[in-house]
Amino acid sequence: MSELTTMTAADLSAALRSKDVSATEVTQAHLDRIAEVDGRVHAFLHVAAEEALAAAEQVDSRRAAGAELGPLAGVPVALKDVFTTIDMPTTAGSRILNQWRPPYDATITTRLRRAGAIILGKTNMDEFAMGSSTENSAFGPTRNPWDLSRVPGGSSGGSAASVAAYEAPLAIGTDTGGSIRQPAAVCGITGMKPTYGGNSRYGLIAFASSLDTPGPLARTVLDAALLQEAISGHDPMDATSIDEAAPPVVAAARQADVAGLRIGVVTELSGEGYQPGVLSRFSQAVELLESLGAKVTEVSCPHFRYALPAYYLIAPSECSSNLARFDAMRYGLRVGDDGTRSAEEVMSLTREAGFGAEVKRRIMLGTYALSSGYYEAYYGKAQQVRTLIARDFEAAFGQVDVLVSPTTPTTAFPLGERTDDPMAMYLADLCTIPSNLAGNAAISVPCGLAPEDGLPVGLQVMTPVLADDRAYRVAAAAEAAFTERWGHPLLASAKGLDGASGLDADDTKGAGR
Amino acid sequence: MSITRDEVVHLARLSRLALGQEELDHLAPQLDQIISAVARVQEVAAEGIPPTSHALPLTNVFREDEIVPCLAADVVLSEAPAVEQQRFKVPRILAED
Amino acid sequence: MTTAPPLVPYAEALERYEPAIGLETHVELGTVTKLFCGCPAQFGGEPNTHVCPVCLGLPGSLPVPSRAAIEFTIRIGLALNCSIAEWCRFARKNYFYPDMPKDFQISQYDEPLCTDGWLDVMVDEGDAEPQHVRVGIERVHLEEDTGKSMHVGGATGRIHGADYSLVDYNRAGIPLVEIVTKPITTAGAFAPAVARTYVAELREVVRSLGVSDVRMEEGSLRCDVNTSLAPRGSGVLGTRTETKNVNSLRSVERAVRSEIERQAAVLDAGGTVALETRHFHEDTGITTSGRSKEEAEDYRYFPEPDLVPLAPPREWVEQIRRSLPELPSVRRERLQAEWQLSDADMAALRNADAFDLVAGTVAAGASPAGARKWWLGELSRRANETGAELAGLAITPDQVARVAELVSSGALNDQLARQVIDGVLAGEGTPDEVVAARGLAVVSDDSALTAAVDEAITANPDVADKIRSGKVAAAGVLVGAVMKATRGQADAGKVRQLILEKLT
Repeated sequence: MSELTTMTAADLSAALRSKDVSATEVTQAHLDRIAEVDGRVHAFLHVAAEEALAAAEQVDSRRAAGAELGPLAGVPVALKDVFTTIDMPTTAGSRILNQWRPPYDATITTRLRRAGAIILGKTNMDEFAMGSSTENSAFGPTRNPWDLSRVPGGSSGGSAASVAAYEAPLAIGTDTGGSIRQPAAVCGITGMKPTYGGNSRYGLIAFASSLDTPGPLARTVLDAALLQEAISGHDPMDATSIDEAAPPVVAAARQADVAGLRIGVVTELSGEGYQPGVLSRFSQAVELLESLGAKVTEVSCPHFRYALPAYYLIAPSECSSNLARFDAMRYGLRVGDDGTRSAEEVMSLTREAGFGAEVKRRIMLGTYALSSGYYEAYYGKAQQVRTLIARDFEAAFGQVDVLVSPTTPTTAFPLGERTDDPMAMYLADLCTIPSNLAGNAAISVPCGLAPEDGLPVGLQVMTPVLADDRAYRVAAAAEAAFTERWGHPLLASAKGLDGASGLDADDTKGAGR
Repeated sequence: MSITRDEVVHLARLSRLALGQEELDHLAPQLDQIISAVARVQEVAAEGIPPTSHALPLTNVFREDEIVPCLAADVVLSEAPAVEQQRFKVPRILAED
Repeated sequence: MTTAPPLVPYAEALERYEPAIGLETHVELGTVTKLFCGCPAQFGGEPNTHVCPVCLGLPGSLPVPSRAAIEFTIRIGLALNCSIAEWCRFARKNYFYPDMPKDFQISQYDEPLCTDGWLDVMVDEGDAEPQHVRVGIERVHLEEDTGKSMHVGGATGRIHGADYSLVDYNRAGIPLVEIVTKPITTAGAFAPAVARTYVAELREVVRSLGVSDVRMEEGSLRCDVNTSLAPRGSGVLGTRTETKNVNSLRSVERAVRSEIERQAAVLDAGGTVALETRHFHEDTGITTSGRSKEEAEDYRYFPEPDLVPLAPPREWVEQIRRSLPELPSVRRERLQAEWQLSDADMAALRNADAFDLVAGTVAAGASPAGARKWWLGELSRRANETGAELAGLAITPDQVARVAELVSSGALNDQLARQVIDGVLAGEGTPDEVVAARGLAVVSDDSALTAAVDEAITANPDVADKIRSGKVAAAGVLVGAVMKATRGQADAGKVRQLILEKLT
């Protein structure tokens, strides 16, 4: 493995600007790494080697011409295959799109290109971002670089695994119910769900419009902040985009300080159903923050227990409508059009063949929840729960500056364990969903390895709406303290891929202690 | 039972999913289980609680009435399963709405 | 399929039943761009050239509403005396259809932008006293239009029996305003006329607001008519049918009438009227059964999550209210008083679709009498001859005003003026250009006229004798002869005067 692939984005950026390395070298090193390990990880659905090298060459010639490079110029990034790209197929992990070539770039794609970031390719995901394991991809699962027999989380499992496997220093994911934070946690990296409306959804293939939030995944908190700063900000193409200055997240990640900060531990996000090792690492993380000068109290958010059922009404309802357009008429797959069948029959046959089981379940669930006669009892009630959850947050943020919880109730589970048990799968998002319903920012940062399985545990830090910078500040402080305690970043303990060539096995104890 | 097999068949038709018998047998109990679980939202006393449809309280986001260039017709049709006379060719339509 | 249903004669149906009607009118707004994207909203264009990712509903695309479309909707709402919502949301109406790119329509459901207004109409059925009717407006809301399907194969090019369809999405996303009336229950036998007059008045109001060209033939104004019957005196509402495809004022009237006759037959036979969509056939004037509403789609409306709520600031609404033009009914009353016309004169003007043309001609300087004379006389005759609409003639109110001015100044007489109109309609230019090119001018020079008069007397000695013997009416023959000799350019009054001077 080339040293260039283990460097952080911030270090790569510095090396590129000081001309120690070229964008082409950086890009080639990452393409080589992908060629080396992606057969086992399967983080990517499409690798755009040619396009990436061409973009790198442009950065190099701009640099040669004396241009000042931006912070992400020449830095590779992996893009979840749910964002449209004019020069690469976009599948959303589904057969129904039939390797669709969009005629336009998503705003996030455009902003990455403008920043000079090198898009390496499109990453694997649960079909239409519905899932917590990336096993719902129509193109086969992605594997967790810590243990190839386990899931990388989801739905942004490809993005998380690509970063954890050193195939890319940065990746873009989307988070509807935890789809950035949960895979980041179980892959031992940092993942951020920014405030809803902080990042443009234009060109993001919608799952649940009122919840979907694009955000960064990276190996360090600062790297995540650098990526977020490059993509965030108002977009007139998205009516739900916030027309205000984006929070100063890079400065906050550098500040990395929690002295005097009031931190609330959410009572409802622990206890039964949580893996003991997750709870013990979480407690240690809270103690660590306290030792850094934070004031910790326990805060109750009584309605969080209704977040999961409300989410599994709201998200499927919106998805049943958002996914109606995949009807075989204008693009994508068409099945059964033999000249005699009606449009309605062809639509039904195509959707039957093109969607996977989980997508069908959710479409039908959403159709049910929106049906006349059921709307008030299901969708209507869920919308009221949403109000109550936002009020819980409001009350909590009246007492504390940030809230913390484990990111996930368990560490990465084995492939196949929950694929046909939807309720068990849904529990993976128990802690992450409240922030999607309320729209506030939340980040996941590694806080150690669960003693019982040696797999990563994530600490979730939730902040009020538009206080994204505060999440980075706390996460960076925790990261710095942990790294000092462990003597290395958590990811250095991962041995799923580079077991022999990796670090000394003893090192894993550092993080497990 | 919170949902019957017949209701699942109806939902499949509304959703334009040509589910097979086996798939229906498998899906119906799963949906029943999920619906029972999500019905917990009904436990919440919601007297006087306004529903939230949007996470943030934004209002009045508009664009000005200005033309933006359209896509070229060949680009528009390039991904279409079938094309005729510069239009999307679709199977016969059963009934006018 | 389209066999005529049994009908009860209209007058007989009205003896037993009371009709109730309701109208849903769709108006395509004349904004420059579509409702949620920057594609042009204009009618037509090469297929699939006025489209972008948003109006094609491509995955990932998002709608952003046009301020102008919201403002136009509020204009219509205010002109129809509606309340403007302080806060409302767009909703998704979910149903699968190939001409709908997202398989849902962004519309408004239980939170329309404008509610609870009215429109006053004057129903004039000729023989009866004109009737003032206040039509209640339930709601005015904004939604997006669909694409257009062309049905290929089969016998008729219609949807039934077609082999396949071809879809053009140019129309998809054009802003549509839907205006829904409250049930109109008191019109009785006038129900068909109320329906027609309401649509006609609505069209004038919308046109006066400058928010749509409201052309029924191009589909920028489309109408669905709900009709129901209840036994006389029962005080209830019967089951309604919704008749679609009603695309002219005359059809609106015929559709209501035909539904009254058909539903009466159903009820007379002891049957029940089915809650259904029906289609109106222009050729036969009858309606046929469409989709049953009993098994209709469940539209699964819910608030559109891609759009934030609308909360039109009150100062914006008031600013729009202040900018409203004088409404057609107010303007008509004012001009009727100014022009000193009877109600019958007004009715004649409106029936001929000449009111705005006359108003324009008067505004350009003509006398009201002169303007009416030309539009209702000569120009209506020309329009009838060619089957054109009056407003479609190739002459403008300004030009008619100039012709009238030339006549009243004595530069032209009526006969010459008709020649000028000929020239203008034939594309020879403005009235003044036609006068110059054709050398048209009244001859009032006494010596030239005297010579022509002498010639006419000499050529018609017996007529001259009659006049000399006191039969003054015979002078017309000599006037005609002089006019013919001068190719119409003589001043007829002057000629008559000269003849009488010489012979009496």
